[in-house]
Amino acid sequence: MGLAAACLWVGSAFAQDADPARGKVVFDYWCAACHGEGPGMPGTLALQALYQGQKPALLEARTDLVPELTRAFVRSGVSIMPFFRKTEISDADLEALAAYLAP
Amino acid sequence: MATPPNVSQRDFDRALSEFESAVGADWVFKDDESVVLYRDAYSPFKGEEEERVASAAVAPNSVEQVQQVVRTANEYRIPIYPISTGKNLGYGGSAPNLSGSVVLDLKRMNRILDVSERQASALVEPGVSYFDLYRHIQERGLKLWIDCPDPGWGSVIGNALDHGGGYTLTQLRNHFDAHCGMEVVLPDGDLLRTGMGAMPGAESWQQYKFGVGPWIDGLFSQSNFGVVTKMGFWLIPEPDAYLTGTVVVPKHDDLIALVDILNYLENTGVVNGMPQLGSPLIGGFFSQPDPELQALLSRGAPTAEIEDYAREVGRGYWSCTVKFYGAEKAIAANWEYAQEKFSAITGATFEDGESFKFPLTFEQIEDITRQQSVGSRSSTLPEFGIPSLTMFSIGARSETNPTPTQGHVWFSPIIPRTGEAIMEANRVFAEAAGELGLPVRAAGFSLPTTYWNRSFIYLFGFPISNDIEQNRKMRESFERLVRVAAEHGWGEYRTAPAFQDLVLDTYSFNDNALRRFQERLKDAVDPNGILSAGRYGIWPKHLRDA
Repeated sequence: MGLAAACLWVGSAFAQDADPARGKVVFDYWCAACHGEGPGMPGTLALQALYQGQKPALLEARTDLVPELTRAFVRSGVSIMPFFRKTEISDADLEALAAYLAP
Repeated sequence: MATPPNVSQRDFDRALSEFESAVGADWVFKDDESVVLYRDAYSPFKGEEEERVASAAVAPNSVEQVQQVVRTANEYRIPIYPISTGKNLGYGGSAPNLSGSVVLDLKRMNRILDVSERQASALVEPGVSYFDLYRHIQERGLKLWIDCPDPGWGSVIGNALDHGGGYTLTQLRNHFDAHCGMEVVLPDGDLLRTGMGAMPGAESWQQYKFGVGPWIDGLFSQSNFGVVTKMGFWLIPEPDAYLTGTVVVPKHDDLIALVDILNYLENTGVVNGMPQLGSPLIGGFFSQPDPELQALLSRGAPTAEIEDYAREVGRGYWSCTVKFYGAEKAIAANWEYAQEKFSAITGATFEDGESFKFPLTFEQIEDITRQQSVGSRSSTLPEFGIPSLTMFSIGARSETNPTPTQGHVWFSPIIPRTGEAIMEANRVFAEAAGELGLPVRAAGFSLPTTYWNRSFIYLFGFPISNDIEQNRKMRESFERLVRVAAEHGWGEYRTAPAFQDLVLDTYSFNDNALRRFQERLKDAVDPNGILSAGRYGIWPKHLRDA
C-alpha cells in the first residue's frame, strides 16, 4: 500500500475507535455557541452566507464533514474562528468530535 | 521546535523533562503541531517573523504543579507565560510577549471552588470560563447573576486581570474592581493569598478585599509579578426587574448637559445599568447615515446645518438610553426622576423602552439573541448576565458582510467623562483617520462605550488580514493613533503585547517613573526574569540591558 493510502487507513481506523456520543458532548461544549441552531449563532450565520442554501448551514446537518475537515478547521480556524488547543479539545476529543460530525 | 532565548538546548531539555515529571508527559507540549496552537489567532504580525510564538507549553492542573513548574523555570532560566483560557482575542490571545517562551496553560485548572448564593460571591480557578460559571449557577438553580463581557468563553480570572469590563450593574462592570481576594504563585514558587485569605481560617476571603496593609492585588493585573491560581468575585442576586428609557436632545451642544446629567444620575445610583449614547441621525451599529446627511458630513457642513437637517427629518441630534435594575416600582420611579433631571435640556423628549421581570423566559432570551445578532436592539444578552458568542456575528461573514476579516485588535483609549471630551475626540480622531486614509463611518458621531461610570472609553476595532502589507499598515496606523491619543491625554486601558511597550511609553510622567518603579519591583520579585517577560512593557533586567 502507498504511504498516502496507509495514512488514510490509519486515520479512519483511529476515527472508528472514537465515540460519537463523546463527540456530541465536545460539540455542545465547544462548538454549539457559534455553530448551534437558533438565533445569534455566528458560525451558522457565516455558513449560511457562504453556502446560500447549497449546503446546510448547521454543522450537525451536514453529510459531508469527513474527519479530515473537522480536524483541519478545529486546529487551523478560519476567518474569525480561532483554532483550539489540546487543553481545550484534546486529540482524543477531536477524534470523537470528528466521528460525531462524520457522514 | 525553537528553544527559548538565552537557554541552551541541554537546559531546555532538562527543564522539559522536569515539567513532565511535575504535570505528566501528556501535558507538556513540545511538538510543532501542538505548540503552533499557542499562536495569537488574531495576531497583528500574522505570518511574519515578528509574530510572537511559543517554544513549548505546559498545562498543570493544580497549584502544587504550578509551583513546581515555576521553580523549574527559575532553575533553568526558562521564560514562561501564563494564560488562563487563552481567548484574549483582540488583545493578544495566547501568545507570549517574548517569542520562545514556554506557555503555562492554566485551562486545566477549571474548578469552581465555591459559589455562595447568600453572599453572592464565587471563588474560581483560572480555567473557568463565563460559560462554565453561568452553567454551574443555572444547573443548581441559584438565583445569581454573573457579569460577563461580550464573548462568554473567556476566563473570569483572565478577563479581570486584563482589566476587562461587562454590561450589568455599575458596581460589577469593572471586573477587576468586582474581585475580592486572590491566591498567587510568586516567581520563586512561593504561595501567597491576599486580603482576608492571608488570615488562616478567615471565612471572609470573598467579603473584604483589603485585609491589612498595602492592597497588592493590583500588582498581579496587567503585569508579570505572579501566577494567579484562585480569585474571588462578587456576583449579584438576580434582580426583580429591569427597564430602559431613552432621552433625545435636539442640538449638538446639548451633548454636554446630557453627559453631565447622566453622570449625576449614575453617581447618585439612580441609573445603575449601562447607559448607551447614540444619535437618532445615524441609527444603530450596522446602519449608515442616509445620503443627505452623508453629503453634509462629507463637505464638513457647520453644526447649524446638521441641526436644521435633524429638525427637517424630525429626529433629535443625540440620544441616551438609560437602564435600571431593581424593584419594579423603584425603577419606574427612578426613570420618572431621570426624566425630570434631563428636562433641564430644552427640547428633550423621552421614550419608554423595554421592561422585563426576572427570570427571563426562554422565549425572551431567544428574542433578545435574535435581535442582538442583527444589531437591532440596545439591551443585549450580557446585560442580563448571559454569556454567549453572539457578538462574533458582527465580525464574521454574514449576509451584510461578505468579506470577513481574520480577526481584529482593539484601539481602546480612555477619555474624560464629558461631552466636550467626546467632541474633541471626534475632531482629533477624524483628523488622524483622514491623514492615515482610514475610513470614518459618520464624522462627528462617534460615541464612547460606558463600561466605567467615571470615565469614557472608545473602542475601535482594527482588522487583521491575511495580507502582510495590510497588517503592517494597520500596525502603523494603530501606533500613530496611540501617539495622537496620548498627545491629548487619552491613554489605552488595555492592549495587545504587540503594542504594550509603546503604550507604556505614553504613561511617561516624571521620566517614566511608573515604568521605573515597576522595573524595580520586577527585579526584586522575579530576579531571573522568568515570568511573562515584557508583559505590559515590564521587562526583566537581563532583557532591558540587552
